[in-house]
Amino acid sequence: MTGLAPIAARPSFNTGRLLRTLLPALSMTLILLAIAWLNPRAISYFGFSLMLNLAIPIALATVAQMFVITINELDLSIGTFVGFVGCVTATWLHDAPLFGVLVLVASVGVYAGLGALIHLRNLPSIVVTLGMSFVWQGLAILVLPKPGGAAPDWLKAFMGFQTPFVPFPIIAAVVIGLVVHFGLMRSSYGAVLRGAGGNQQAIGRAGWSLLKTKVVMFALTGTFGVISGMALIGITTSGDANIGNGYTLLSIAGVILGGGEFVGGRVSPIGAVIGALTLALAASPLLTFMHIPPDWQVAANGVILITVLAARALIGRKGA
Amino acid sequence: MTDPAYSVARLDGVRKSYGAVRALDGVDLAVLPGECIGLVGHNGAGKSTLMSILAGTGSPDHGQITINGAVQTAWTIQATRVLGVRVVFQELSLCPNLSVAENTRVSHAALNGWGGARRAANLIRASLDEIFPGHGISPQDIVGDLAIGQRQMVEVARAFTVTDDPLHLVILDEPTSSLDAETARQLLAHVRRAVGKGISCILISHILGEILATSDRVVVMRDGKVVADAAALGLTRESLVAAMGGARLRDKATRSVQDKTQPVVVSVPGTIGLQARKGEIIGLAGLAGHGQTRMLMQVFEAAGRHGRGVQVSGAVALVAGDRQTDGIFPLWSIAKNISVRSLGALRRGLFIAADAEVAMAASWREKIGIRTEDLDNNILSLSGGNQQKALFARALGSDAQIILMDDPMRGVDVGTKLDVYDLIRAEAQLGRTFLWYTTETDELDNCDRVYVFRNGQIVAALDHSELTEEKIIHSSFAEVAS
Repeated sequence: MTGLAPIAARPSFNTGRLLRTLLPALSMTLILLAIAWLNPRAISYFGFSLMLNLAIPIALATVAQMFVITINELDLSIGTFVGFVGCVTATWLHDAPLFGVLVLVASVGVYAGLGALIHLRNLPSIVVTLGMSFVWQGLAILVLPKPGGAAPDWLKAFMGFQTPFVPFPIIAAVVIGLVVHFGLMRSSYGAVLRGAGGNQQAIGRAGWSLLKTKVVMFALTGTFGVISGMALIGITTSGDANIGNGYTLLSIAGVILGGGEFVGGRVSPIGAVIGALTLALAASPLLTFMHIPPDWQVAANGVILITVLAARALIGRKGA
Repeated sequence: MTDPAYSVARLDGVRKSYGAVRALDGVDLAVLPGECIGLVGHNGAGKSTLMSILAGTGSPDHGQITINGAVQTAWTIQATRVLGVRVVFQELSLCPNLSVAENTRVSHAALNGWGGARRAANLIRASLDEIFPGHGISPQDIVGDLAIGQRQMVEVARAFTVTDDPLHLVILDEPTSSLDAETARQLLAHVRRAVGKGISCILISHILGEILATSDRVVVMRDGKVVADAAALGLTRESLVAAMGGARLRDKATRSVQDKTQPVVVSVPGTIGLQARKGEIIGLAGLAGHGQTRMLMQVFEAAGRHGRGVQVSGAVALVAGDRQTDGIFPLWSIAKNISVRSLGALRRGLFIAADAEVAMAASWREKIGIRTEDLDNNILSLSGGNQQKALFARALGSDAQIILMDDPMRGVDVGTKLDVYDLIRAEAQLGRTFLWYTTETDELDNCDRVYVFRNGQIVAALDHSELTEEKIIHSSFAEVAS
């Protein structure tokens, strides 16, 4: 049996991979510790409700982005799409619910169509979605030229729900993470979808339709974009055509922060949700507690992002 | 020869062309139940095309496919699975981001729902245990973390797993290329066991010992045709080599006797080292993907650097074989594609001298015969052969004295080839050195010396005078797994 030795040796336990899996949780813990040190009172039911108030729409947008990243694509229109959905939610969904629902369903259909177009014509998704970002922005302004409108009451009530003991945003984040984790990481079709990002040819040779995987993933992105926009309006209670513009880059950063990679189908739904929460915490609460003036907050946010990503790159190199 | 009703798979008069290249030229093949067929042939003989047609990834231009007695009209990948045909492709078909069990799930639609993950894990573990006892692979391992040999084991084991769909025919394309001797032996023993249970196998390998020991019948392909089909028992390594194309007599192109006093400009150390003198044309032969391109890259990288190992004196230029990915700049004009290697020489001050660039491109259009009205046209306006000529012009027009060629004649028409052969010989007379990797044995006639590669090593060095196709094939195919 000596001839077997070279290949029979178990692959050494991959500490690099383990560290990388834990990095999102680790970076969030660090940020939480910093917040606790700067302002102990923030670590409370009320404090978390306040700090994570806007984290849920970001987490949903990040998960939406993660779906397209799984199949090696990128969605540069998710931010303006969330803004568009917000405007529809604050106007039509409030005034004419049936029509509003129709518009939102149709917009998911547009996303699915984009997936088909990108696959069939072999187009770069960056170009297509960059173009679409202007389309969504324009439509949002047409729907709601001036900030205003009103969120449907049921949506406001849902997003403002006071859960006992654990703040609502945390419960929502856990639910989102687990649902997507079981759908994408545990189901058999989820394996096919991720496989399409890892080795497209292998999936095709196993007899699966690559067109279908693209359409499904883009439709999921659209669906989560819709939920994100609705959640955002449920919190802010009124709409604005520019409300989601920052979400495009935040969502990409969240996926990467959460352990995802741009190519190769390596993503983590739970990581992505944690990444989004980390970004939301690092964005304003932490920096406000550090007495960093608002003018510098965006730059400081960038520094945090670069630090975490650099740590990930270093761990990745050691693990390789 | 055989009753079609009894054959698992049967091909009748299958033809397939890619552009002007005829990959399959009327192939008849019948696979009986419980039979292992060894399929051999040299580069471009049509083995891979034949397999892709059987696997349903390519469709034949003519001819018919019969599976279990039923003529297939719509032969797709889905149909192959339902009818029990599995293929282990040479380039691995696993998703590196998924676990071993998930890769098994991907190939079996039946492994869905609750408990699907566990059933997939058990299925692949059982198959691995059966074929490769002591494999050391866990179903939870991510495929990207596994060594290349382990991946190949997973791929083979996966092909032998059965859920809803039956399993009649397994096609193994170079299944042992990444396995060590012991694992390869386990695999071939399993093939015999599977054949004993009535499953049919087609085994493609460049290791003739494996083919002869494992197969019941050996089919030899050459130039898109089946040229021999005989029971393995009566065959020897020599008769296989002869059938693959060694018997043809060839008229030698006249090459002037080489001047051994010329300085050595490229030298690669090794058990059999590579040496190229000024003005020599050196051929790199052997089966595709056995280290020829890697050696060209080593030479390319060693140029202009001093150190141990590969020694190169002089500037080098590369003619890429894979035009679309390594060769052309698809958005540039023909002229710019030609001049890009020589921009240093075409400089006037800090800027590119536009007139010198145009003049250079124009002179090479004449010299090499690029068929175009205007050199400012986009490079993609040219046919494949003319694009390749532009790449030759790029290399030959540069100051490089050493030209590396990475199978540059892929998909090039005969006329262009003959033009370029003349040009290469003329340039060699002027003192340029060529390192020429080619998968076409005929082209090696232009070379002063030929090195044959196998598994990343040079296994033979043949001078022009002693060069025969038989010797090349003999060296390309190993006796036993090494």
